[in-house]
Amino acid sequence: MALAKRIIPCLDVDKGRVVKGVKFEDIRDAGDPVEIARRYDEQGADEITFLDITASHEDRATTVHTVERMASQVFIPLTVGGGIRTVDDIRRMLNAGADKVSINTAAVFNPEFVQEAADRFGSQCIVVAIDAKKVSAPGEPGRWEIFTHGGRKPTGLDAVEWARKMTAYGAGEILLTSMDCDGTKSGFDLGLTRAVSSAVSVPVIASGGVGNLQHLVDGVKEGLADAVLAASIFHFGEYTIPEAKAYMAKQGIEVRML
Amino acid sequence: MNTIAVIDYGMGNLHSVAKALEKAGDGVKAIISSKPEEILAADRVILPGVGAIRDCMREIRRLGFDQVVLEAVKSKPVLGICVGMQAMMEYSEENGGVECLGVFPGKVRFFGNELTENGERLKVPHMGWNEVYQQGSHPLWKDIPDGSRFYFVHSYYVDGTAGDIVAGVCRYGVSLAAAVQKDNVFATQFHPEKSQHAGLALLKNFVSWDGTR
Repeated sequence: MALAKRIIPCLDVDKGRVVKGVKFEDIRDAGDPVEIARRYDEQGADEITFLDITASHEDRATTVHTVERMASQVFIPLTVGGGIRTVDDIRRMLNAGADKVSINTAAVFNPEFVQEAADRFGSQCIVVAIDAKKVSAPGEPGRWEIFTHGGRKPTGLDAVEWARKMTAYGAGEILLTSMDCDGTKSGFDLGLTRAVSSAVSVPVIASGGVGNLQHLVDGVKEGLADAVLAASIFHFGEYTIPEAKAYMAKQGIEVRML
Repeated sequence: MNTIAVIDYGMGNLHSVAKALEKAGDGVKAIISSKPEEILAADRVILPGVGAIRDCMREIRRLGFDQVVLEAVKSKPVLGICVGMQAMMEYSEENGGVECLGVFPGKVRFFGNELTENGERLKVPHMGWNEVYQQGSHPLWKDIPDGSRFYFVHSYYVDGTAGDIVAGVCRYGVSLAAAVQKDNVFATQFHPEKSQHAGLALLKNFVSWDGTR
């Protein structure tokens, strides 16, 4: 027996409320990220990722408070991403109860920030988020490029090379999102996932495109992902986490059962 | 009042350790403390730790917590977590070699960059939920099924075949010590505060442990 492949539900949070793709009976309590995280924790999620999409500086205080509440009730690892740009941002989130922070755009504009963060807090809590799009033509060997600003701005950086560089700079984990697949429900970009996972020594979380349980299996088996992240299939109640784990286990994947 | 002091030497997230202790045990008061007298006055002591061992040991020594830990282990139940466990070994290979507290015999080693199991390449750090096999009975394993999964995140480890001190083992390319114990001291490589039911059960056992076997 061995290390379990992880299932990570992702919460997109704006001004302290979950905003994307949550369908509930009672709308008043619907978007409380702490309640949702607790439900996933009870179902056996292996970690929670909290993505802060709040734009304004003032609302970040709400985020810190939400992370504090979540960390006092959910006893599985918690990753917080979105708007992490300085060492102070990281310290604030870790003090609030996050176990890891995810650095995205700030790493692209200032790669040394990742080095500084890993030196200061340890690689175990530094996740680098990579948003990539396929740029190779059909039939060519796969090539993917890093994009910022929600996939609008190309950076010229090759995704596989970038993942290697970020690992060398001290990233302890890579959160890899395919911009092509995100929201499509057609499955992960398995070529991208496999290329990055094979290129780095640290764990890779596959993200973007999950529409059914076979996609999770493919992410692990074909994409060589160490963990799989999904939002809508769980939020909409299409599948529960125990269903996902039972399905993966049946396909021979090691998972943590409650 | 059952007071648990979590030693604060500026490394990492102590909030979740304190919250998990309060969740795990009734009437438990968890204090995050950097005051030696307050720590030594508590009923039980926790040495947590994240990050690199060199920085941890430097801060432990700079703040005088080396003496505090060595004093506490003489008289009360002590729990080390993750790098806190590694800091209680004699020596760590990390950062070019660091002398540690020597509460437990043995050294901390690097997994290496070429870790494999049955031909499969393994990622480092060892990150996620792995099975822990208890080595003999211990009060801290009470009500925890053998083989339960706990949450790990580390790149350095203590050999799981190191003898009497090993309280639990885990397999990740090598046999590693998931937990070590000696007299009134117990330490885990995994994070009980992040290991849901199994982890909270262990913390519950710790807050009622009298330090005997």
